[in-house]
Amino acid sequence: MALLPPEEGWYFKRVAKDEKMWITLALVVCLILFFWMIVWHIYGKQNPSFTTYRTTPEEFNALTMAFIEKYKVGEMNGIPVVEPPPNSDVFLVGKMWRWEPVLVLRKGQEYRFHISSLDLLHGFSLQPVNMNFMVYPGYDYVLTFKPTSTGEFAIVCNEFCGIGHHMMIGKIIVKE
Amino acid sequence: MFRTCDITGLKVDLRAERLIQLNAVMAVVSLLIGVIAALLLVLTRWQVVHLLPVDWYYRVLTLHGLNALIFWIVFFEIAGLYFGSTVVLNSRMSSPKFGWLAFILMVLGFLLVNFTILSGNADVLMTSYAPLQAHPIYYLGIILFAVGALIGVFLFFANLLIARKERTYGDSLPLFTFGLVAAAIIAIITLASGAIIYIPTLLWSLGIIKSMDAGVYKLVWWGLGHPSQQINVTAMIAVWYLGAFLTVGGTSINEKVSRIAFVLYIIGINVAAAHHLLVDPGPSPAWKVFNTSYIMYIAVLASMIHAFAVPSAIESAQRRRGFTKGLFDWLKNAPWGNPAFSAVFLSIIIFGFIGGITGVVNGMEQTNIIVHNTLSIPGHFKGTVVGGTTLAFMGATYYLIPLIFRKKIAFFGLAKIQPWVFGLGIAVLAVSMYILGAFGVPRRHYDITFSGGPFTYTFNPATDFFWVLFAVGGIAAVVGALMWILIVVFSVFFGEPVRGPQDMQLQVASPPPPAKEHGGFEAPGTLTLTLLFMGVFLIFLLLNWGWLAAMWEVR
Repeated sequence: MALLPPEEGWYFKRVAKDEKMWITLALVVCLILFFWMIVWHIYGKQNPSFTTYRTTPEEFNALTMAFIEKYKVGEMNGIPVVEPPPNSDVFLVGKMWRWEPVLVLRKGQEYRFHISSLDLLHGFSLQPVNMNFMVYPGYDYVLTFKPTSTGEFAIVCNEFCGIGHHMMIGKIIVKE
Repeated sequence: MFRTCDITGLKVDLRAERLIQLNAVMAVVSLLIGVIAALLLVLTRWQVVHLLPVDWYYRVLTLHGLNALIFWIVFFEIAGLYFGSTVVLNSRMSSPKFGWLAFILMVLGFLLVNFTILSGNADVLMTSYAPLQAHPIYYLGIILFAVGALIGVFLFFANLLIARKERTYGDSLPLFTFGLVAAAIIAIITLASGAIIYIPTLLWSLGIIKSMDAGVYKLVWWGLGHPSQQINVTAMIAVWYLGAFLTVGGTSINEKVSRIAFVLYIIGINVAAAHHLLVDPGPSPAWKVFNTSYIMYIAVLASMIHAFAVPSAIESAQRRRGFTKGLFDWLKNAPWGNPAFSAVFLSIIIFGFIGGITGVVNGMEQTNIIVHNTLSIPGHFKGTVVGGTTLAFMGATYYLIPLIFRKKIAFFGLAKIQPWVFGLGIAVLAVSMYILGAFGVPRRHYDITFSGGPFTYTFNPATDFFWVLFAVGGIAAVVGALMWILIVVFSVFFGEPVRGPQDMQLQVASPPPPAKEHGGFEAPGTLTLTLLFMGVFLIFLLLNWGWLAAMWEVR
């Protein structure tokens, strides 16, 4: 009784058949959900990485500049375009309000992305595949991507980063 | 110092009553600000109108978050805690002086925060992720508000001790108050996290601390951010039980089960705050899986227990009153003309089918990749904290007006449809936001045509249709909320006084006849509804994992 003390003997009252059935079912589903996440780490192909390095905006910027210089193939709207070889380390930097560089990748090949920010938090949102990761200043987040589709993809920033947040959009091109 | 309520027979401490009234009034003021902000936001994000300029969009978004998600709910919860620990227990307020102190601190915090936001010195959104920085007064305001709330929570415990010592109730607390105890324990853990993060942040904004680590800030901030919503969930469920009792005389078919479920909340619910860091650099999979599963989903289990216990309380009471035909005769003959009943029932449905289902998918480590920071996230919590908590609190207010403010409910005809307008509006809004998020539309974003950016991107054309639904649902919800505010304000300030039971427009249900012994199901209708829920849940889960499996590979 929500407003009155419970009736005598409430603690020893037997749980009704239907309530017991429901609780058992709910418990089983909960346990499946729990183990499913672990199973996906073993058999699934999409798991958020936890490889992270400490860095500083200065250091990460220097690494990205060196990376751009090494593999630069052109420029697009003032942003360098870079085509790194498969299985290499790729540097992507987020800053108010740009993603640099534009990346040209090959389908079915793995790339070890290093993503970090030079200022505030940013959100890495790959569209239209719709994969989303957080980008911090001072943390080098390592994500190994293997593109499974070709075409042009946008990197939308989806963490608020000030007044120009809506202009922060980058590009990844995936070739066959 | 006391009056005896001629409707419920409860003893009411007049000093507690005054504090309940004041906190409730501030709750309504906060909600009004939140709702006006919501309207501006809907009309900005729907880019056909695109109402606000960019700086005001983020400013109003900050204003909306704090007023609708923090001030409205916490003021209302403090009113609820005082009500549950004095009136319900026939007891007195331990220290009205401290009650006033708590109230003044909270109002001061409310004023400082809103003033700083509106003057353009805190365009940081509710989360204010460092290194983004607001004016020190903003952080100070939040700290004052939280300290006030913390004093309120301690007063609640002091009230309980007095009631226990003076033996004003039986051996065990009523279930409503028991639920509030769970909420209050969670509140203390939550507010402690808040102190741990906002005090250093204040010092950092003053230049006393030199730097603030982005990762540490986000981790500790969510120790406040998410558990504060778990207080809401727990308080909302206490209100569901209260609603079932007041409207049809329904009591848990097994009190022990309901109480254990509240205890499970205390154990498991706070760790789930970790699910805000599922796609962040740093934490390991073991840490994420353990914490975000609420330690193996014991809090999800608790919610599912309540999802059966509350409707079955209603069903069982209705069946004992003679509505025994078929599976759903009890529901058909429920007091739908009582706005408190429709509000509570809609709150249960919206919380479960929209908020609950989406919440579990968002909170699983891998599927979080496809929802994080998209519009699906606010879509989810429109289902929990707006369609669930806010609607339940609105329903409870329909009893608060005659019993605590001693006024008749004005525009009673309007009140009968208000929960439907608000509830259906929110349901449409939440679902359309969730779907827009599934198309990748980001949350907290001024312009998804990316004008001024180096590149552009066009979302799937199907999103145009869901943006229209978004606007329709959003505007309906705003109308529903304004209806409620109109009814409450008019009743409280200009309403006819309630002079006795004859002026009571809502039924305070008498207990139903005792149950006869039988071997069958206690609540077959509820079981059917919960199985339907489970079916929808599993389908939604499989769809999301299917989508995830179609993404690029990542590890």
